[in-house]
Amino acid sequence: MTVTAITLIILAGAYVAGLLGSLTGLGGGVVIIPLLTLLLNVNIHYAIGASLVSVIATSSGSAAAYVKEGITNVRLGMFLEIATTIGAMIGAVLALYMQTNVIAVIFGLILIFSALMSLKNKREQIETKPNHWSEKLKLNSSFPSGNGVVSYNVKNVGGGFFMMLFAGIISGLLGIGSGALKVVAMDGIMRIPFKVSTTTSNFMIGVTAAASAVVYLQRGYIDPGLSMPVVIGVLLGALTGSKILVHTSSAGWLRWVFAVIVTFLAVQMIYNGLNHNI
Amino acid sequence: MIMMQPKLHDTEIQRIIGWILRVGVILSMLIVFIGGCVYLYRHGAETVHYKEFIGVPGFVHSASGIWHGILTFRGRAIIQAGIILLIATPVVRVMFSAIGFALERDWLYTAITLVVLVIIAASALTGHAG
Repeated sequence: MTVTAITLIILAGAYVAGLLGSLTGLGGGVVIIPLLTLLLNVNIHYAIGASLVSVIATSSGSAAAYVKEGITNVRLGMFLEIATTIGAMIGAVLALYMQTNVIAVIFGLILIFSALMSLKNKREQIETKPNHWSEKLKLNSSFPSGNGVVSYNVKNVGGGFFMMLFAGIISGLLGIGSGALKVVAMDGIMRIPFKVSTTTSNFMIGVTAAASAVVYLQRGYIDPGLSMPVVIGVLLGALTGSKILVHTSSAGWLRWVFAVIVTFLAVQMIYNGLNHNI
Repeated sequence: MIMMQPKLHDTEIQRIIGWILRVGVILSMLIVFIGGCVYLYRHGAETVHYKEFIGVPGFVHSASGIWHGILTFRGRAIIQAGIILLIATPVVRVMFSAIGFALERDWLYTAITLVVLVIIAASALTGHAG
């Protein structure tokens, strides 16, 4: 295929990936990697490198808007970034030695998990019980809401930290934001209000991805010709998605459509990985 | 628990952080786009495939190579410079967080932020070794 043709195809695909990723909150990486590897026969190392760059773009772009609103818990994000950056470094080094078909299978499994997580209904939870560690680390905070400022406490700091380490490894290994795992750590384990965990997770994704991108960059995983349409497409798609999100109140059916697409891609990745086609 | 007083501290540094992130993304995307146009103009008709992993072309693999590539107006060198700026954006954000915490005299979080920077630096060295 000519450079122009493949660039335009990837640009269009990345736009759709960014759009879907933004509407469902899963991020563009989970769609762009199967698209590149399964449809366009791109080596998974290049696909992961390009995806990682697009993850930094979308997360930094939207974090800029969220931080202003004062919902992001900057201290919590900073503290957990210790775990995610260590994990990202481990993940990126693992990727150098792991066989590509094993990476494909792990990718598929994480994809299925992310799809299931996106279908789960999120309810607002406010933890008020005091916690020794979260007080020591000044993690308890508040955020503005429709009816005044809501204060919350953070639970199970150690468990959340450990889960973030895992999320970082997955992010570094697969080149995705691993937002689903970060939500498990923050919503499920640390009991942080959903609004805060979403924006704080997004705030952390860019730094986490940067920690593994510095490894990938030096190992030649980030190809400029391939990354260019991926990063531009995903970012534009995510921007469109954030505009739509403001106007539509219910995206319930969309989450289902996306979950089905993602599960289909996941099965393809696992199948091809097991058959050593990737 | 609902309180009526909003917290006002560290809003200034958060505003700066938001600004850094936005400028970093816009600037790097602009550079990637310009580099992409040059790349397509010069190599658009060539065939390419990414099936085998062979790393990246030599001239975009080192800082000096990229710099030389920019001076000779090579598209992929310009793209790679934009990508490096993009990767640096969240790292610069962390640096400003450290300054922000230090200005607040929050030494615990100044230290935590510096630890994150050290980890990223260590990661960069890991990539270089071997």
